[in-house]
Amino acid sequence: MSATTKKTVLYCGVCGMPPEYCEFSAAKKKCQEWLSSKYPEEHERLYGDAAITEKLAQTNLSEDKAAKEAARMEKAMSKEEARMARELEKKMSSRVVIKRVERNKRKCVTSVQGLEIFGVDLKKTAKNFANHFACGGSVSKNPQGQDEIVVQGDFSDEILELILKMHPEVPKDNIEQVEEKKSKKKAPGAVGA
Amino acid sequence: MFKKFNLQETMSGQNSVKSSVVRGIRTKLVDQFPELGPYVDEILPKKANLIQVKCKDHITLFAIDNEILFFQHFNDPITPTLRLLHQFPNILPHVQVDRGAIKFVLSGANIMCPGLTSPGAKLPEKSLPVDTVVAVMAEGKEHALAIGVLKMSTDEIKTINKGIGVDLIQYLSDPLWKTHLD
Repeated sequence: MSATTKKTVLYCGVCGMPPEYCEFSAAKKKCQEWLSSKYPEEHERLYGDAAITEKLAQTNLSEDKAAKEAARMEKAMSKEEARMARELEKKMSSRVVIKRVERNKRKCVTSVQGLEIFGVDLKKTAKNFANHFACGGSVSKNPQGQDEIVVQGDFSDEILELILKMHPEVPKDNIEQVEEKKSKKKAPGAVGA
Repeated sequence: MFKKFNLQETMSGQNSVKSSVVRGIRTKLVDQFPELGPYVDEILPKKANLIQVKCKDHITLFAIDNEILFFQHFNDPITPTLRLLHQFPNILPHVQVDRGAIKFVLSGANIMCPGLTSPGAKLPEKSLPVDTVVAVMAEGKEHALAIGVLKMSTDEIKTINKGIGVDLIQYLSDPLWKTHLD
């Protein structure tokens, strides 16, 4: 492929738009930080002193209007920040549950709930687990109507480690391991696993 | 059109397209967008494996290597996506909006005529008929911020100067923009 006519466009890592449009994004500050750390020249071109004075000359808004506009922008930004904070809090308070469910005496499945809150693609992860442990793995709805990953076999410890390795965004403290037994009788001794 | 769009929910199937069909698409594209002619080999290489993703509401996406290049609604013209337009800025005729309009366009508003005729805005010198697919540029910006369809011819926009001039199809950071195939 020749790169003669094809243009490559830089996209902001925060809002995903070309950096020149970041000023209209609600996460404007974050965008600026990102740009200045990754592409200082580009940042200078867009946000440097020269650019700002030029921009001021371009905008024919009266001062009054400009102030109003700034206030509106400020509001939108604080809203966005609040939203992000809320999301983060939700993430921190939610738990990932790795559950070992007994099917009969010595066979069990491991179910993982709550991964989707951390932005993990369940389908892919299920496939990954299945490949990794050489067993069946799928995404299914549990009785509460939530999606969960079901892996055939007892892999709760391994899955814990794998999640930590593959998805560092999931904090370790939020992962819980639970064992669920079907029968009322206690399983006699350690059979198998 | 893509204000609400969720690929996972709407996708009903994807399959690779036969090469004869790809040929058809190529000629259609060149027909619709004469400006695209010189680039067509680069955009749709003969050997590339074009994938057609069918979605609800008669929306079809065309992708190569997991990059969505075109979309089509029912039997409307096949339209390049904004990402493709950024790579090949000249495949569509340009219209330019003024600075004040940018923020509305970025939230998905259709473009009103005054936004296309004011001092900061630009319309092409050659008049464009109704239903032309255009790239929406912005005052003082390098890249396109949206793709739209003209609701009036450019002459009408200049004379009437009221109401919707461009119907927005795709804009920056809309759900389709954020969609990635995998």
